[in-house]
Amino acid sequence: MNKPLPIRTRTEAEEALVATFDSASSNLRGASDLRAAAMARFVKSGLPDRRVESWHYTDLRSILRRAAPVRPGDFMPVERARAGLASAEAQTHAARIVMLDGIYRPDLSDLALLPAGVTVASLADALAEGDAEALGALTGEGQGADDPVVSLNTALMQDGVIVRVAAGVEAARPIAIANIMSGGAPHAAFVRSLVMVGDGAKLRLTETTAACDESETQVNEALVLRIGDNARVDYVSRVVRQGAGAISLHTLLATLGAGSEFNGFSFNPGVGVDRRQMFVRLNGRNSTLNLGGLSLLRGRQHADSTLVVDHAVPDCRSREFFRYILDDESTGVFQGKVVVRQHAQKTDGAMKSQAIMLGDGASMNNKPELEIFADDVVCGHGATVGQLDDDQIFYLQARGIPKPEAESLLLEAFAYEALELIADEQLRARFIEQTGEWLAARGAA
Amino acid sequence: MAAVKETVDRVKAIDVDAYKYGFVTEIESEKAPKGLNEDIVRFISAKKNEPAWMTEWRLDAYRRWLTMEEPTWARVDYPRIDYQDLYYYAAPKSTAGPKSLDEVDPELLRTYEKLGIPLREQEILAGVQSSKVAVDAVFDSVSVATTFRAELAKAGVIFCPISEAVHSHPELVKKYLGSVVPVTDNYFATLNSAVFSDGSFVYIPPGVRCPMELSTYFRINERNTGQFERTLIIADAGSYVSYLEGCTAPQRDENQLHAAVVELIAHEDAEIKYSTVQNWYPGDSEGKGGIYNFVTKRGDCRGARSKISWTQVETGSAITWKYPSCILRGDSSRGEFYSIAISNGRQQVDSGTKMIHLGKNTTSRIISKGISAGRSNNTYRGQVSAHRKATNARNFTNCDSLLIGHDCGAHTVPYIESKNATAVFEHEATTSKISEDQLFYCTQRGLSDEEATALIVNGFVRDVLQQLPMEFAVEAQKLIAISLEGSVG
Amino acid sequence: MLEVRNLHVSVGDRKILDGLNLTVKDGEVAAIMGPNGTGKSTLSYVIAGRDGYDVTEGEVLVDGVNILDMDATERANAGVFLAFQYPMEIPGVATMTFLKAALNAQARARGGKELQTPDFMKKVREASQKLQIPQDMLKRALNVGFSGGEKKRMEILQMALLQPKLAILDETDSGLDIDALRIVADGVNALRAQERSFLVITHYQRLLDYIKPDTVHVMARGRIAKTGGPELAHELEKTGYAGFVGEAA
Repeated sequence: MNKPLPIRTRTEAEEALVATFDSASSNLRGASDLRAAAMARFVKSGLPDRRVESWHYTDLRSILRRAAPVRPGDFMPVERARAGLASAEAQTHAARIVMLDGIYRPDLSDLALLPAGVTVASLADALAEGDAEALGALTGEGQGADDPVVSLNTALMQDGVIVRVAAGVEAARPIAIANIMSGGAPHAAFVRSLVMVGDGAKLRLTETTAACDESETQVNEALVLRIGDNARVDYVSRVVRQGAGAISLHTLLATLGAGSEFNGFSFNPGVGVDRRQMFVRLNGRNSTLNLGGLSLLRGRQHADSTLVVDHAVPDCRSREFFRYILDDESTGVFQGKVVVRQHAQKTDGAMKSQAIMLGDGASMNNKPELEIFADDVVCGHGATVGQLDDDQIFYLQARGIPKPEAESLLLEAFAYEALELIADEQLRARFIEQTGEWLAARGAA
Repeated sequence: MAAVKETVDRVKAIDVDAYKYGFVTEIESEKAPKGLNEDIVRFISAKKNEPAWMTEWRLDAYRRWLTMEEPTWARVDYPRIDYQDLYYYAAPKSTAGPKSLDEVDPELLRTYEKLGIPLREQEILAGVQSSKVAVDAVFDSVSVATTFRAELAKAGVIFCPISEAVHSHPELVKKYLGSVVPVTDNYFATLNSAVFSDGSFVYIPPGVRCPMELSTYFRINERNTGQFERTLIIADAGSYVSYLEGCTAPQRDENQLHAAVVELIAHEDAEIKYSTVQNWYPGDSEGKGGIYNFVTKRGDCRGARSKISWTQVETGSAITWKYPSCILRGDSSRGEFYSIAISNGRQQVDSGTKMIHLGKNTTSRIISKGISAGRSNNTYRGQVSAHRKATNARNFTNCDSLLIGHDCGAHTVPYIESKNATAVFEHEATTSKISEDQLFYCTQRGLSDEEATALIVNGFVRDVLQQLPMEFAVEAQKLIAISLEGSVG
Repeated sequence: MLEVRNLHVSVGDRKILDGLNLTVKDGEVAAIMGPNGTGKSTLSYVIAGRDGYDVTEGEVLVDGVNILDMDATERANAGVFLAFQYPMEIPGVATMTFLKAALNAQARARGGKELQTPDFMKKVREASQKLQIPQDMLKRALNVGFSGGEKKRMEILQMALLQPKLAILDETDSGLDIDALRIVADGVNALRAQERSFLVITHYQRLLDYIKPDTVHVMARGRIAKTGGPELAHELEKTGYAGFVGEAA
């Protein structure tokens, strides 16, 4: 360990992360080989900067100036957590799994509504016991293995949950995972969860990252999602209530079996820095993937959605649809890469990203990428960056609607078209409401 | 339909090996010793009898080049180039500054005739060509002939080899050389700055519409020789010029390096239209031989309302690494990029453009058509960016890829960056295979698969072909058919 | 009602309206005819307050008040309604949502009360039935995927709901087949009233067979070149615009 970085000197944050691993490795239970190998990769790569193609627009090396410490295991701000939890609630009818400062807390969770055929276990326990199945599944199919944030997560994962949905089970109620940061001071958490959905099963899954206050929290979460043949998963991830200095890094590693369907959506009504990376592999024929996202940014917020959609087999369909509203001096990043491998014939892929820039100082960076090795495909992408349409505003004004209201109406519609991808009505209604609040706050400012 | 008929005939007439410009001209040449060092740079400079400032400029570039690394970000793959195993200067022996075409080696004239480029003005005038084109012919590293200079001079247009411009118009060369592509811009451009041997120089005075198309034909002949030409075109206020560039090379087993730099400067209200038909030897079907085409082309729309338009038809080269770009500095300036890139066999193409919006009300348009066949890889890589002050910048990009056969790859990598809330960028891209329905329709009407493919591909690239001057468009259409030879079935 | 005095309008360097004068009285239906490119649509946009037109001289008075300093919203609230030649498609905004927003905005601006939802629904239902607009169309996003005829009917529906003082119909007949044209014309005729004036802009006489004008103005080269009664439209049908283009030149 502690090999020097090859080209450049280590930053303070990199030093701290390596030190965290060295000092904490006694506390980090299980998977020691996996962790050590991942740390070795991180030591080699360091934090990614602009020179790393996939991080070109989110220079983590300069964003993450100081690596905040991980909370010791005996730190238990349960009361704070309950308050934070309330703000993270969006579904009244869900089985609730709570992680506090990176540790799974059955005492804060509510599994009474857990559907039959679904089990929840602690990841830390499973690793400590050397659960071979969990260990085997934990890295997905090696997607994102080169990514420094994934390496850090693998090396430093504190805890998380393993959710198993047995084959054929159609979970009637959604499962909501909340990752709560207790705050009070800058601190970090590394969470890794594993969700395995059996053949023919159905699951609705919500993942919320929230903080109890505006502290500079740093969350590195990874969710490994393995979807069996003919299964269906509706997944929504979102961030709520985080401070301007908060950094939220989230990685999804998903694989889809034959005939399966995965609908994923991420909602970001604004945090300091948010990076969502989604590595999705379509592994079985006739599977369908829909990914969507909406980011509402203001101040100096920064939101990055980076996708790698890997069509590994023929006859699959994928749709990606991401929208951004950028006010003030905020920055949006969309990087979507659709890979169609040589044998993945009859692939049908379409990707779209659209941004509306409201603030004079706002920036948008789009990189929709196609990498295609099969000939019998129909793939396309579109990207637009611009403002609200003057003609539409005029039309609304000509009907007597005042300009600010016309703008709000059009922005709401713009957001709504993205949110329509969410199947869960309760969640969608909540997000529409939040969008309204976001727009109202803009009008009030 | 005449052109299509011609295309089809052309396809039929072709041998297994489709590259028709693969002949070698037996001509005596003078070479610098192999390898690269300061003495070679000085040797090249001395051969050109250059003033001291030019020699220093080259040496400075060479020293900077030594500190740089070869770029690896493009999606191309080739064995490491041994820069010490190349010749950096080769010149036909008899052409130390021909005074007139009569002094040019007849063998050379025949070479250009074979390429379909007549250099004798009277032949051009007597020929079938409907419009006059002034030609600068560059053979290996030196310019061998420039036609119609007298007539151009009457209009005030300067069109001469750049090696000559260094002497005849040093103030222009000093002012503009390296002002668009800085010496240290990138590895290959820096190398070019150190060792470039010749190329074309064009200056259009204020308010002048260049009376004819200007054209340069590049020919690589020598073995193991890098070709490093340098083109500099200045369109002064309110002027207009259309410039054509064509390139060919003999078939050889080893790879040859071509690292050119083209700089365009458009002042207020000026317009430059730059068209390229690139048909360097692509290597054989197994990927042996072929040109490494690592080219830096950039235009600077320096003045208000200036316009630069790049049109390219890229069918040759083993590897193409090329991004003709526009810096839209002047308010209301406009940049255009129209491209057809065809890859077949083992060819690798990584090409596209950059539209850098700096000024207010600047507009740009990108139309790119990529066609991949055989076992080739074809990547469009393009950047559109609006800087803080680029109020009301507009871009429209359309890039379509067509796949023929299942062993090739088509990739699209756009970078769209906006830092101005009033900028509007629209980008769309599609990738698909050649339509079975269209093919069937054509074959049902009696066309062969290959004829049908050529027909459909010509339709696919039509938007770009229309941007080319007439004679070039016909030539390009033939080339497209030839390039796709053997890709069907 | 409407009085346009010596109106000069340019777009960029190009002069489009060149000293146009026009008066439309209360309850009057005035038709403006003229060749393409003569500034008819520009006139409608300038009255409605679209950005991008430079009024270099002149006035536009509605009920004696110069509206040129008002923005588009204020003019709409002052009773100016423009039925667009090309109605905007607004994805994501349900037609009902839009109608309600517009009605309430105008009610507020005039110091009136916002409609309760059931009253609003009833009002829309009645008006749309008259125009043969199916209910499911109202649930879709505004004008998105509507046919040309559906879009024009939607414009008239809005006019019926908003009850303007001055309604400008910009080439409302373009792209309509004969049945759709009749429905639209019936909608307009039903709204004719002493307190409402119409400015009907059209290239062809056809529309005026269904919406009978009180006066007909011929526009050429940015001005009103001739004014007459309904018979003028018929005359034009025979002679064409050539004479006027020449006259003004």
